[in-house]
Amino acid sequence: MTTLPPLIEMRGISKSFGPVKANEAVDLAVAPGEILGLLGENGAGKTTLMNILFGAYQPDAGEILVNGKPVSIRNSADALAAGIGMVHQHFHLASRLTVMENLLIGIPGKGGRLDRAGALARLDDIARNYGLHLDPDQPVSALSIGEQQRLEIIKALFRRARLLILDEPTAVLAPSEVDGLFSALRAMAAQGLGIIFISHKLNEVRALTHRCVVLRHGRVAGRVDVPAETTALEMAQLMCGHEIVPPERGPSVPGAVVLSLDAVSTGGHGGMPLRAVTLAVREGEIVGIAGVSGNGQRALADVVSGMLKPQSGTMDIAGKRVAAFTPREVQALGLGRIPEDRMTTGLVTNLPLADSMVLPRIGTEAFSARGLLKPGAIVAFAEAQIEAFDIRCPGPMVRAGALSGGNLQKALLARELAFDPKVLIAAQPTRGLDIGAARFVHEKFLALRARRCGIVVVSEDLEELLALSDRIAVMYEGRIVGVLDSADASVSRLGMLMSGAGGSA
Amino acid sequence: MLRLEARQRTPAWLNLTLPLVAIVVTLILCSGLIVLAGAGVADAYGVMFKASLGDSYAITETLVRAAPMIFTGLAVTLAFRAKFWNIGAEGQLLAGAMASCFVGAIPMPGPLAMLLMAIAGAAAGAAVALIPALLRVRLKVDDVVSSLLLNSVVFYILMALIEGPWKDPFSGYPISPPIEDSAGLPVLIEGTRLHLGVLVAVLAAPLVWLLISRTVLGFRIRVTGENPEAARYGGIDVQRVIVIAALLSGALAGLAGVGEVGGVHFQVMSDISPGYGYSGIVIAMLARLNPLGVVPVAIFLAAVMTGAEAMSRATGVPAFLSDVIQGTALLAMLVALLFTAYRIRRSA
Repeated sequence: MTTLPPLIEMRGISKSFGPVKANEAVDLAVAPGEILGLLGENGAGKTTLMNILFGAYQPDAGEILVNGKPVSIRNSADALAAGIGMVHQHFHLASRLTVMENLLIGIPGKGGRLDRAGALARLDDIARNYGLHLDPDQPVSALSIGEQQRLEIIKALFRRARLLILDEPTAVLAPSEVDGLFSALRAMAAQGLGIIFISHKLNEVRALTHRCVVLRHGRVAGRVDVPAETTALEMAQLMCGHEIVPPERGPSVPGAVVLSLDAVSTGGHGGMPLRAVTLAVREGEIVGIAGVSGNGQRALADVVSGMLKPQSGTMDIAGKRVAAFTPREVQALGLGRIPEDRMTTGLVTNLPLADSMVLPRIGTEAFSARGLLKPGAIVAFAEAQIEAFDIRCPGPMVRAGALSGGNLQKALLARELAFDPKVLIAAQPTRGLDIGAARFVHEKFLALRARRCGIVVVSEDLEELLALSDRIAVMYEGRIVGVLDSADASVSRLGMLMSGAGGSA
Repeated sequence: MLRLEARQRTPAWLNLTLPLVAIVVTLILCSGLIVLAGAGVADAYGVMFKASLGDSYAITETLVRAAPMIFTGLAVTLAFRAKFWNIGAEGQLLAGAMASCFVGAIPMPGPLAMLLMAIAGAAAGAAVALIPALLRVRLKVDDVVSSLLLNSVVFYILMALIEGPWKDPFSGYPISPPIEDSAGLPVLIEGTRLHLGVLVAVLAAPLVWLLISRTVLGFRIRVTGENPEAARYGGIDVQRVIVIAALLSGALAGLAGVGEVGGVHFQVMSDISPGYGYSGIVIAMLARLNPLGVVPVAIFLAAVMTGAEAMSRATGVPAFLSDVIQGTALLAMLVALLFTAYRIRRSA
């Protein structure tokens, strides 16, 4: 693999957006058969670099070589022609069409007709070579998230991609699905394909990749030649440029129950409904909710947050029965909420950050009187929280959408914690965050726990749940199928329960 | 090759100059039509300017015409801020005109009549706007279509009235009976048609601005418009906010009709609005949904309309040019808005 020219080589790539240098003199090469890890905190320039490779941006300087020859990639068609395929975090699939129809989108047929027989043969080849099986006639809407991702990979291979870029592919997968993905990626590499693997999960990077490039502030901050022999901590320190001390989860004696659900069932609202869920959260404890995506976690978070009224069952917050299940009601009872989707549910990206920070409490006397806003109080509140939570932004009047994911999450935490919640529910609180920001969130949760708040963390990241939680409840098909003390829990034990094969716990 | 690239941030000067650039581009584009009509561009625009803003009487005439457009512009602005797509300001204006004409024809003391006309007109406009709002929040009916189609419904109700019960029994003209003399809005400057309604329209703009930017309701309207999901998560009753925004929007459009009946025509006829409701959409967009921007934009378009008539008489260019200018200005503004979000890059 050393004699061949690299599949792809980026030399001295620089790209600026106004004064911001997103990439500066980045060199990166992927050899045939190589899996390259691309690491970096949010805003380090990974996405910009990959967008340049895929033709969405033009670099200000530098060149791209494919098989040793310089190429110009002006759009995604050029990228595909150069053999570069990309699997985005958010899938680009037509959900009403079948697997086969999605594969054939944009592919010229024979004499104006789609070459279905030929496509079936190719699909068969891909399935045999890499273990990527899908029923060609299934509609995409019937596929699980993992299967949709598989389709995206097949799509790239179908277009004869020689280099595959995967942006955080494991964020949406269950542990067993991750194993399947990894063996497929290894099979591709064994057949001479190149892979760029972007992930925040350093243990996965260590297990899968042959080599890593670490970006920081748009530059290459370091390279890791043997990831398997490098610790996750060492990689993390390369990424953030300073030493990291993992948070300490001290002992805590849980007190009275502050949040309880009793036999709560919901109707379907587009996702998996809850089926007779009973759960109690006590003050001073963190309860993790584990489960493969789509097993009722969203419905649970929605019910607790007052976004979904259950069909049956009861919920109490701090000893008071919830009646209307509205956001205002649960909030007034002392519940803090961190929504799963920061950009669409949490904040209003087009309005000033300050507006998003006071949104849930705009009608309270802190921010308004007799229907009139108190602009001074709103800005002062936002400024104080920006200071207290070290939210990096030009000021409270900046468009919320201009902030990075980590800073948005800090802003959401700030708006909830400022009012001393008795219970906090956080859905996927560190999804998409880099190590530094995730750590900040975890520290805040532990500090809240020490202040006797009851905390529910819904997450698909088992490492996160194991590190944070006092107890972990596992959801499967809308039910809680087991609650483990975190001392007794392990990834494999949780994985069993998550796949529905746990029996009683 | 040229391509669009997303901007990281929009410079402030760009936001301010874009409407002006859009207007200049519009006038340049429309000069081609003037040439086609066989007139001199400088002559035509010169006549337009003189007839609309050239002397104090011309200015008052332009302001009188601007008043209903300020109201409809504000109506559309308020609705669009909540992303309630009210294309029905025209029908709401007509409803306001009919209701105020009905009230104004009842003998009573002048000030009381004016107040009741305003209330009745606003209520009628609000009632018309309520229909598409309820259809949207209850049945998810597209508000663009329902509010637009209601314009025809209201217009033909008006036609039925003036061809039927309101028809002048002596002349046979399809016009309503006039309102009481005492119910007519007072004239502000002797010898002109500048009536009280114009002042109210101009004062309404800062009030709407205050409502949107300084009240809790305005906050909820803004948040609902920008992101209904975050609004709901934040405890806002999104459906209620949309209905309230629709009612206020309809009321403002209704007041446009009140001003026309009380201050200009003193009765209702089929052409009481030459499309002021639709102009409101153009105005709101040109003002970039800023209520304070509505006043100058409405005056500009009113000047174009007033001026186009004079230009037509003097140079033979058809007065329809004012419609073309309006439409072109809207398109130019939409293109200009693109450049607040994107910039043009040259790529190899």
